[in-house]
Parts: sequence; structure tokens; C-alpha cells
Amino acid sequence: MTWVNSIVHGIFLGGVYALLAAGLSLMFGVMRIINLAHGSLALVGAYAAYVFVEHTGLSAYAAIPPVVLGMFVVGYLLQRTMLERSLRAGVLVPLLTTFGLLVIIGNLLERIFSPDPKSLNPGVLGTTTWQITGTLSISPFEVLELGVAVLVLGVLQLYLTRTRMGRELRATSEDPDTAELVGIDSRAVYARAAAIAVGTAALAGIFFGMRSSFDPSSGPTELIYAFEAVVIGGLGSLWGTLVGGIVLGVAQTIGAQIDPQYFDLAGHLVFLVVLLVRAAIESGAIGSTRGVTA
Amino acid sequence: MLLEVQALEARHGLLQAVRDVSLKVAEGETLALVGANGAGKTTLLRTIAGGHRAAAGRVLFDGTDVTRSSAHKRVRMGIALVPEGRHLFPRLTVDENLRVAGGNGRKGPWSLDAVYAAFPNLEPLRRHRAGTLSGGEQQATAIGRALMTNPRLLLVDEASLGLSPVAVDGVYRSLQTVIESGATIILVEQDLRRAMKVATRISCMLEGRIVLEGTPSELTREAVVDAYFGLREAGTSQATA
Amino acid sequence: MASADGTVVLAAAGVRKRFGSLVVLDGVDLTVRADEAIGIVGPNGAGKTTLLNVLAGALRPSGGHVFLREVDVTAASAAKRCRMGIGRAHQIPRPFGDMTVFENVFVGAATGGRLGKKAAYSRCIDVLERCNLIDLANRRAESLGLLHRKRLELARALATGPDVLLLDEIGAGLTDAEAAELIETIREIRRQKIAVVWIEHIVHVLVQVVARLVCMDAGRVIADGEPDVVMKDSAVIDAFLGSEVA
Repeated sequence: MTWVNSIVHGIFLGGVYALLAAGLSLMFGVMRIINLAHGSLALVGAYAAYVFVEHTGLSAYAAIPPVVLGMFVVGYLLQRTMLERSLRAGVLVPLLTTFGLLVIIGNLLERIFSPDPKSLNPGVLGTTTWQITGTLSISPFEVLELGVAVLVLGVLQLYLTRTRMGRELRATSEDPDTAELVGIDSRAVYARAAAIAVGTAALAGIFFGMRSSFDPSSGPTELIYAFEAVVIGGLGSLWGTLVGGIVLGVAQTIGAQIDPQYFDLAGHLVFLVVLLVRAAIESGAIGSTRGVTA
Repeated sequence: MLLEVQALEARHGLLQAVRDVSLKVAEGETLALVGANGAGKTTLLRTIAGGHRAAAGRVLFDGTDVTRSSAHKRVRMGIALVPEGRHLFPRLTVDENLRVAGGNGRKGPWSLDAVYAAFPNLEPLRRHRAGTLSGGEQQATAIGRALMTNPRLLLVDEASLGLSPVAVDGVYRSLQTVIESGATIILVEQDLRRAMKVATRISCMLEGRIVLEGTPSELTREAVVDAYFGLREAGTSQATA
Repeated sequence: MASADGTVVLAAAGVRKRFGSLVVLDGVDLTVRADEAIGIVGPNGAGKTTLLNVLAGALRPSGGHVFLREVDVTAASAAKRCRMGIGRAHQIPRPFGDMTVFENVFVGAATGGRLGKKAAYSRCIDVLERCNLIDLANRRAESLGLLHRKRLELARALATGPDVLLLDEIGAGLTDAEAAELIETIREIRRQKIAVVWIEHIVHVLVQVVARLVCMDAGRVIADGEPDVVMKDSAVIDAFLGSEVA
């Protein structure tokens, strides 16, 4: 693999990171909740798709609609039952609650599925290669990955800017008290945001599952990638999250090019550098990134 | 009675901001609340609108007990608050600020077009982010936003704060239009002269209580000044209505 | 700048403060004599709390000077000024919740008052008695009700051994009976010859303690004199309630 190859593949990988990170960013931007179970919920999506494939014999792609829809509902319910109450109890409680969720999900998955790695089959799209140049080859699956990520982010963007519910979400994220005073049901807004966050996470989880294998302990790793993508790209902006995901993906693949062991490390280093630079520039202004921008 | 407040109490932590306040507002009235800072006027308005929890007492809107109703439900019933300091959504445009409120209230004469007609200075600013507007423009937007819910009861908290006299004139002209359309208004206003001109009744608050009530013709400036500072301590309640 | 009554303990000379383009203090002159209790009143946004912050050292002025006795303290930090003799009680009492009443006051005496352990201890007892808190000395601060918290705030400031005490709207939220008790505590402070500068909205409480009232509006002092005279001043009334004519 050459450098160009690495970068291109890094971009495709970044697309999925962005998709995964979007939900995390949304929940933080709207509700100020850092959902530590975000990666685990993505993993649940992958496992749900696995179960679907096993039972129906259909392709992993066919699993996407039912699983993502189901996870929308899960997100909605999660917010209305657990997270809403956690929010009322203080700023740190949601961290504890979602951490507990992370642990429970991991354990349940292990109990049900055993620790053996599983994977989803991307089918012929994954095995086909297109030779672009002498040294660069990509697969249609990767293109689909990035395409879906960009499409979903684009749809989300439209949702936020063009729809009534999107406006309500933006308003509530800027000032929940005043939002209530102009007639917005903030709890319903939060529930919708959580539904979107978990649904998109599940979608990303399925794509991860088609890329590589997964096991019950993969949740925290995916959380970290999502977190890094959000921080690199900046909080609150969807397109920023796309950029963040891509930067992370490229960093990782370039690191792996140098030495396969450096895959994770390269990503962490870039994350650290960006974090320190941001902290230096915006010292004291971290709290002013409240709100979700269109 | 469109609004009835009974023995209302409201706190900020340990601080008692509203003490045993009772008042009645009939449909079509304009009530002005005056009083020094910290007298409890903003807390009272917020508690009526549902933005603040009542510690005791009741709020009855058109006969229904709304004391435990959430703010957005009260908007649906017809109560709208223009908060002190405006509190527009800064990154949303003027248009979006208005639209996000519209459709949450009741059906009525106020629509996007009607609001822009009442505040023509906002028309060219439709796509501007609310955070970039001047004080007067923000106030107009905030009032417009409340009107979009077609309220039966409009609560306006310190509409003239931080505005130039010219801007305040503009705000009061629009308020006049709202009054003429039959809305009921409770208005917190520092400027006694303006309050006397636009209100059908005046209540003066001091340290969380209503210490003086009456119509503009019944109350003299001196009487209000005394009640305002509480210097002529002739008891805590002195209704001259 | 001394007067017939006593030396000047605290003075503001031409104090200006801007936040960006917003002018909050526009040339304020104020002198506080060693034996005085003055009240500062004014409508919202007049600059009262900003002035207090400048006097206490929490804010640096954009122009002008602050003098503590003859010393120019404009550049001194709040902590330094505290050690030099300016005490402050805040609007919303902020005791050290986990510590007892005694410990809260002890911190004031030992660090602010720069006393050794023994001297600090006896000052604490003294202050607690004067502020009527001695019975609550071993209670945790966060278990106190509003009036006692306000008293504790005063006691803690007193323990630093100030020459002048700055009070920021401490009358808020009290019932009539509680306000009367607080006034007693402040009168006790006055008996120790400590000067008091008190910002307050609740004028009728203020005038029971202070002999001189200063009214501010839009960053300036617009009246300064006996409470009766100041509160009847039409400029003062206009500042609060708007002018009588259009």
C-alpha cells in the first residue's frame, strides 16, 4: 500500500467514524450528555444485524432498515426512561448512568453471544476491487460506506435547518428554558435527538461490523473513536464531525502504513494534539459551544 | 377572570422571592407591575408562565388550575411570556425565532405575515441571526415571537430595559396594537409614566409582596413612590382599589 | 481629604469602568470616613455592584483610583486588600458548606486577619458572640437557614479585622423579623467603629442603619446626603421610576 492508498482508505474509514460520531455530538450539543454507552449501542446494532442475518438468511444490507428503525425506538425509550431522570439529577449523573449502561450491554452481549468475534458479510461489494491507478485500488463497499455517511449527515443537516422539529431541536439546544416558554416540549425534543443518535450509531455499527470483526468488548473502542472524531472536528457542527472523522481515519491508516501496530496510536496522537491546541486557543470558552449549529 | 393567582409563593434556593401574592386579571385588562429590583416581579411572571416552580399557592387560567402544568402546556392554553432580557435563540434567524414559536399556541390573528406587518423594521432582518440584532430589534422579535403563539394572556417583562427612548416608543406603539386587538397583558415596567399611560391597573411590589394596587387615576405618583421604597411603612398591604 | 468627623478610610477618585464599549462607571467620587455607615442605592444597571467590586479589588477600574486610608490600592488584589482592612459580605451567602460555623469564621481570622492560632481563636469567639452565632458554632454551615447564613457571611468578614466592611444587597429575601435581626447585627458591627458601605435595594431597611445615602444612576453619583433628603430628591425618584414628564 502506498501513501495515496492509505489516505484514500483513511477517508473511507473516516466516513464511518463520522457517522458514528454524529450521534454522540448531537446528544452532547442538545442535552449536554456525554453518552458513554454510545459505542456499545452501535455494537448492539451490529449484533442485531447478525441475529437478523442468522434468522432470515438475508444479506446484512437487508438488516439495516429493521435494525436502525428498532434502534431509533430504543434511543427514544432510553431517553424517556433513564436519561431524562439522570439529567434532572445533575451534570455528572448521566455519565454514571451511561457508564453503567456500557457495562451492562457489554456483559449481556457476552452472555448471549459468547466472547467469540463475529462479523457481517459485505457481500460481493466487499470483495470486488476497482483498480483506479497502478497503486490505488478501492472497493465499492467503501464507496458505499462513505456515500451513506455523507447522505445521512446531509439528511440530518436538512432536518435541522429545514424542518420544524429541527428548528425546535436547535432552539432547545441553545436555551431549553426559553424553548419551553415558547411552547416547545423539550422532553419530546430530547427524546427525538436520542432516537436519532442511537439510530445513526446502530447504522455505523453495522458498517463497522461489515468492515471487520466485532465482539462484546468492542463497545468502548468504538466509543473512543467516536469521541476522538467529535473533538477533532469540533463540537456541535455536523460537517465538523465529518471532517473530524476523516482526519481520524486518515491518521490511523497512515500510522498503520508506518507500522500496523501504530494504527490506534496515530489516531490518539492526532486527537491529543488537536485537543491541546483547542484548549490553548479557547481556554475558558469550552462551555460556550452549547448548541447545535446548522 | 382570565387569570387568578392565589397566595402564590416562589423561592430561589433559600431566598423567598414571591410571598403570598394574590391577584386577578380580567380579560382585556392591562396590568402594570412596578417595584424595585428584587421585588419579585420577574419571578412572579415566570411562575405564572410556568418557567418557575411555585412553592405554594395556585395559578388559575380561565378557571383551570395550571400550577403544576409545564410551561409549554401553558403556551398551548394561551399564556405567553416575553422574558426579561429577551432570551432570543441567538443562532437562529429572526424568521426561525418566530416560526419556532408559531404553531405551538392557538389559532388566531397572529401569523408570520401579521407579525412582520406589526413590526416592519424586522422585515429586512428576516434572515439575520438574532444574536446580531440591536436591543430594540431584539425586543420587537421577542414580542413577535410571543405573539406567534396567539396568546390570550401576554406577559411582558421589562420591555424597555437597555433600550433607547426612541426604541422604547416603538415597543410601546406595538404593545398598543396588541392591546387594541383585545389581548390581556401583564407588564413589568420600571418607567412609571409609561406604565400609568398604558395600564388599566397598577400593582406595586416590594420584597415579594403586593403593597399597593389601583387604577392610574386613583394612584398618585407620590403614593407609588412611597410604596416602591416602603419608606412610609403603613403596613404591607395597602390596596386602594 | 479629612473631615471634621474623622479620617477618610476608603475613597474612590474618578473611578471609571468599561466592559468593551459599555461604560458602567463614569467617573465616581466617593469618600467614606472611618466612623461612617453609608448606603448606596440606585436603579438596575446604575453600577452599584461594579463600584463595590472595584472597591473590594475584584475588578480593576479602567480609570481612577481607590485609596485605603492614604494608600493607593488600585493595583492591589482583593486578597491583599482584605489583609489591609477591606472586608466584604456577598449578596448570596457562600459559606464553606462542609465546615462548621466556627471553622468558617476561623478561616477569616487566621488568613484574612493574619492572626496566630491563639489570637484567631479568641477573635472567633468574640465575633461569634457579637453576631449572635455562638450557639451555632459547631453546626455545619450548609445546614443553616438564610438569616444565619447572612450572619455567618458578616461574621466571616468581621473576623478578618476590617476597617471598612462592604455589604452587597444582604437584605434580600428576609422576612421583616429577620431583617430586624440583621439590622441588630450590623448595628453591633458599627459599635466596633467599623465603617460600612452597603448596597441595597430595600431602602427602608437600609435607612435604619446608615446616616448617609448615595444614589447612583448610569454610572454616576447623582445624590449624596441625608437619607430623607436624598429620597425626596426628584432626580433620584426619576432615576428609579422614570421622569414625570415625557
